[in-house]
Amino acid sequence: MSKYAAAQKQAEPAVLQPTPQPKDDFQEELVVRPLHSGDIYASFQFRTLWETDFMRGNKVSHYRLFPKSLGQVISKFSVRELHISFTQGYWRTMQWGQPYLPSPPGAELWVWFQDSVTDVDATWKELTNVLSGIFCASLNFIDSTNTVQPSASFKPLGIGNVTDHRFLRYATLPREIVCTENLTPWKKLLPCGSKAGLAVLLKSEKLFHSSFHSQAVHIRPVCQDWQCKTTSWELRQTLNVVFDLHNSGQGKREWSLFKMFSRTLTEACPLASSSKIYIDITDNPEQFELSPATSLLSQAMVLGDRRTFSVYDLTQQDTFGSVRSLNLLIRWKSTEGDMLRPLLHAERYVAGYGLQTGEIHTLMYNHHPYRSFPVLLLDSVPWYLRLYIHTLTVTSKGKDNKPSYIHYQPSKDRVRPHLLEMLVQLPPNSVTEVTVQFERALLKWTEYTPDPNHGFYVGSSVISSLVPSTVAMDTNSTRERPLFSSFFPCKEESSYFVRVYTEPLLVNLPTPDFSMPYNVICLTCTVVAVGYGSLYNLLTRSFQIEEPSPGLAKRIANVIRKMRGVPPL
Amino acid sequence: MFLSERRRGQLAALSIAAVVIIVGVPLWWRTTETYRAWLPVSQIKELAKLQLQLSADVEVVFARGTVTPEQQKKVPLTQTQEEERAIDGDLIILFLILLIRNTKLESKFFSCHVLFLPEDTALSESPCGSLVVYVIPESSSLLPEDVNVYIGQRRTALLRIGPQMRVGKTLEQLLAHLEPRIKQVLQVMSFSHNDITAALSDRVRFSPDNKESIADSMRAFKSSPGYEITFSLLNPDPKSHRLHWDIEGAVQTYIQPLLTKLSPVANFSIDSQTLYYTMLGVNPRFDTSRSAYTLNADSLAHVINPVEARLGSNAASSNPVLNFLLYVPDAQHSPLYIQGRKKQEVPSNAFHSPRWGGIMVYNVNGFYGSEPEFPVDINIDMAKVMGVFLAQLRLLLGVQSSTPPPGFLVARCGSTGLADWELDRLMWSRSVENVATATTTITSLAQLLDQIGNIVINDNIAQQVSSAVTSLQLAVAELEAGNLGFALQYSKEAILASEKAFFDPSLLHLLYFPDDQKFAIYIPLFLPMCVPILLSLLKIVSEARQRLEC
Repeated sequence: MSKYAAAQKQAEPAVLQPTPQPKDDFQEELVVRPLHSGDIYASFQFRTLWETDFMRGNKVSHYRLFPKSLGQVISKFSVRELHISFTQGYWRTMQWGQPYLPSPPGAELWVWFQDSVTDVDATWKELTNVLSGIFCASLNFIDSTNTVQPSASFKPLGIGNVTDHRFLRYATLPREIVCTENLTPWKKLLPCGSKAGLAVLLKSEKLFHSSFHSQAVHIRPVCQDWQCKTTSWELRQTLNVVFDLHNSGQGKREWSLFKMFSRTLTEACPLASSSKIYIDITDNPEQFELSPATSLLSQAMVLGDRRTFSVYDLTQQDTFGSVRSLNLLIRWKSTEGDMLRPLLHAERYVAGYGLQTGEIHTLMYNHHPYRSFPVLLLDSVPWYLRLYIHTLTVTSKGKDNKPSYIHYQPSKDRVRPHLLEMLVQLPPNSVTEVTVQFERALLKWTEYTPDPNHGFYVGSSVISSLVPSTVAMDTNSTRERPLFSSFFPCKEESSYFVRVYTEPLLVNLPTPDFSMPYNVICLTCTVVAVGYGSLYNLLTRSFQIEEPSPGLAKRIANVIRKMRGVPPL
Repeated sequence: MFLSERRRGQLAALSIAAVVIIVGVPLWWRTTETYRAWLPVSQIKELAKLQLQLSADVEVVFARGTVTPEQQKKVPLTQTQEEERAIDGDLIILFLILLIRNTKLESKFFSCHVLFLPEDTALSESPCGSLVVYVIPESSSLLPEDVNVYIGQRRTALLRIGPQMRVGKTLEQLLAHLEPRIKQVLQVMSFSHNDITAALSDRVRFSPDNKESIADSMRAFKSSPGYEITFSLLNPDPKSHRLHWDIEGAVQTYIQPLLTKLSPVANFSIDSQTLYYTMLGVNPRFDTSRSAYTLNADSLAHVINPVEARLGSNAASSNPVLNFLLYVPDAQHSPLYIQGRKKQEVPSNAFHSPRWGGIMVYNVNGFYGSEPEFPVDINIDMAKVMGVFLAQLRLLLGVQSSTPPPGFLVARCGSTGLADWELDRLMWSRSVENVATATTTITSLAQLLDQIGNIVINDNIAQQVSSAVTSLQLAVAELEAGNLGFALQYSKEAILASEKAFFDPSLLHLLYFPDDQKFAIYIPLFLPMCVPILLSLLKIVSEARQRLEC
């Protein structure tokens, strides 16, 4: 670096200088998938790559595209990988298919720390406080009672071979409500802000007027080249939104960028090395038409399926046409056609009655016609639902299905939650049901949330799995493919990773009347006072015999007798 | 029989009252008492008066030709000068200890004609906070004609004897002549009344006559154990300008030496960032006469706010942040010049905001060439930028280059950007400021705890308070003894401990019920219990009075 500086000083004018190759790179991308229900799914991804090492000893750090606040967090807390998501609404897998990036309702945070961290819990606590400041969210409510260390479900997504789950922390806040105040700091992390490029579309008045909204930040170390000689840090900011046909589309099966976001695109972010819009047109032209049309097509394997996309490259001027603005229009021609059913799907609910015991049911569906596959189920249940783990049953097709791996960590009251991880084999075309009974604990007076009659949330179960690809399922290949390519399914396509989140549970706990302590005090005091008063009276009063006064009947009789002029009794 | 029955009732009422008073009240008191650890209240009260004594060692070396040999023998070894100043009730005593050393060996050095002589001699090695004043004869050619005092880079000064002090005057006269001038040197090199007042600005209200010093004292950041320095390159127009700045090299070359030198005062951390599409808060006016855009001095106040929202706070620490922004105007609003109050151009094209940081406007339209092809690659000249930022950094950290009195010549600061005595000056005022702040914190904490009786004082808070008090006492003692380094160290510890105690979450007032609510809960018990007791006591008293009257 200093060599370069010296060279710079010698030569003038500076304009003719060869500029240094930037060590960071920014890409932006929008994928639009028309959904079968007539809704539309838009997924933004912004990726910043930076070839640097946060863990070097020196304190000076210089940021260009990478946001400073996150960089400081990584280096201060020795974070190896950080994934945080804020979601409003629940992803309806059966209606919409698999999302590109799944996330549970509310806030989810999982972090892998470097193995140099000695006190992981203290670092985690401090990190959640700092992140809650950065994202304006109530992540500071993450404490030991809702943090778990999953042993198998959340493996690092970046490079590195530390898989000791002592350095992993996972927490969800299912009650977290996501709104504009979370979006603004998220947008600030982008190099172009919301001033240019795809981020222009991110206007909160439209984004939050939708059936599903999810924004996330993923930081991980990745390889710079195929040999993995140098590593870089990848920051991926994603935002997924589903616009509702009836709510935002006014019931018409016709979508445009303007209708979705109330903005059109005029330029790419000048800092981005690539800026593209992908429209999933796998079902085109039978179902819908696209304008302006593009000749650029791209095929990709997405979630085990081969999809075709129309690509609009925003770095090319001619994409914007003569009006200098791009307003993509997607119009449905017919409402026919089938959606490919997602192969893995899960549901969860609470059964039972009364406020003492209950039962959690988790249903996992395998829709694959002939292949079974294993899934990892992770359940984190707060301590105030006391799980009876001996009542745990796993049944599929009416038969007992013994999990091949169970990791259970019992809860400690007011210290840590239950953690249950299981590896379950799902038979083909079946429903597997996991049930466990629980008892509701009585909370202390101050432990209730401000609105206790609303109920208490239990975070989503997480189901992670390698699901067989639908391409491999496609045996009677109707597509035009050479015969020699279709006998054995190729290995890369044979399975793909899926994470499915179930619904969060809302459980009612026995809730006292909150004026109870005062009532109890008053009542006790009154009882004590009455007892004391009579005792006091007995002790201090002096008693003397008095002439008993005439009874009521006698007095009335006397009055009558007086009126009659007869002497009284 | 009837009387004794009455008597028994009275006795019962009295004994019940006695039981309630002797057993019940203490029991209730004990069980509802809050835990309050012991605090050194008397020591805190003593500290609150803040009697500071500052003393600086000044070593005076007489060069050959200033005193006669027989005078030299008579020169007292030490001499103490005192100066008392009361600042708004707080008594500050400025001590000046003169250590007078007789010597003649300096001739070897003084015979050289180089002006900057005493710098690299071992003689000038003096501890932090002390001074060495070399007294040279009037005829000496070491200093230029009109210069009477020369202040070096280290803790040294050359003092020329005035013309009226020819050899042959008595020693007392000589010393009396030297004394005010040494004081003057001390005021430049160590501390002056104004510095101390400024350092105590939290406690002292300014008299309206020294507005200049108010502005000066408001500019610098408050004393803190650490600072975060952030350099931000603002590029509002990334479509036209592709900016490159070698901030890493520039920080190493220009900023780091200064910060290394300042490391006894505070810890510093540096980072930098590039922000795109950041606009200033005001629209610059187009000046047709110069075909340039101008920013008025009056509108500068509105520049910062919209930028600040993008700067981002420091996630990793809670130290104050010094922001230095380099703003490259967009191609449409270029060139951009800052206009001073008198409509003249500011040569550095930069300004600073007190206790916040500095902004520099860097025009790049010179790089466009005849046929600009956007985006233009621009390498920023870091030497020019860092020169401005370094000057602003010195101001914001409180390294004040106060104008020396006439006849003084101050050596240019060397590669580190900071002379030893400037560091000392900063350390003096920082120590005093720290001591004052920590005392204020501790005093107000003690007051708060005194006022709100039902706050629990845990042992850890009591421990923090005592350690703060101990550190404060040590700091005051070290200031008195003239050990500047230790004084600063202890005053920093005092500040840390006092802040920790003050901001402890367990001291939150709202955690405790106010008294009226507590008594509302007690009333259902207390009222029915106390009313009969009181009534019967009243009755007994009135009966006794009647009996006396009979």
